[in-house]
Amino acid sequence: MNRAVIEFSSQAENVAFARVTVAAFVSQIDFTLPDLEEIKVAVSEAVSNAIIHGYENNPNKVVRLEISIADEYMELVVTDSGKGIEDIQKALEPAYSTDPERMGLGFSFMRSFMDKFSVQSEPGKGTRVIMSRRAGAPRRAAVTEQ
Amino acid sequence: MVVPAGEIDMSVTDALRRDVDRALEQNGVSNIVFDLAGVSFVDSSGLGVILGRYKKAAAAGGRVFLTGAGPQVRRVLELSGLLTLMEEHPSVEHALSKIS
Repeated sequence: MNRAVIEFSSQAENVAFARVTVAAFVSQIDFTLPDLEEIKVAVSEAVSNAIIHGYENNPNKVVRLEISIADEYMELVVTDSGKGIEDIQKALEPAYSTDPERMGLGFSFMRSFMDKFSVQSEPGKGTRVIMSRRAGAPRRAAVTEQ
Repeated sequence: MVVPAGEIDMSVTDALRRDVDRALEQNGVSNIVFDLAGVSFVDSSGLGVILGRYKKAAAAGGRVFLTGAGPQVRRVLELSGLLTLMEEHPSVEHALSKIS
């Protein structure tokens, strides 16, 4: 198994950093370029959620990425210590957003582009999003694990 | 016409939103063509800007057209359902012909 752990400031500019870092790391296994583009969207959504919702756009907090690869399988964990999610089931509903300029599709995209997906969160205790995907496997939307 | 370039994520959406809204007000127009040929990446934050401009345009009786989306951009546009709201055209010229 190969593993990387990265922590970075909750600044918007670091969303792109997270995308390319994860893509570079997981490209060690047999993902195609379209696969990597999908993984980058999932990373972008998870990190953006941490910054926008977890930390309410406070740029002085920390987002943690844990990436691991083994046997053509990748797992990514995105963690913040922000405000947490009151109602995870509601947050997982497609197009659920309190902001008219936001589509509320972050979790939907993560589910679409990964094989497995789960969210652990408690109000006041941060959020942990765990996603995984197998290289070379036929695609279908992720199973949401409780 | 709006011609964004590069990656559209939360780091650029505020500026993009501001610039497009300012241009719409200054020019008094309500139809928008987004030429996405130069966009290499978009996530739901970027799509939110497009959706927000669609809502503004629709409220003013206008329409939003999309052109030039590459494979990654098109994939997220399809998944988001935005292509059921906005017309996609094969070229800017084709989109502009629908306005005039």
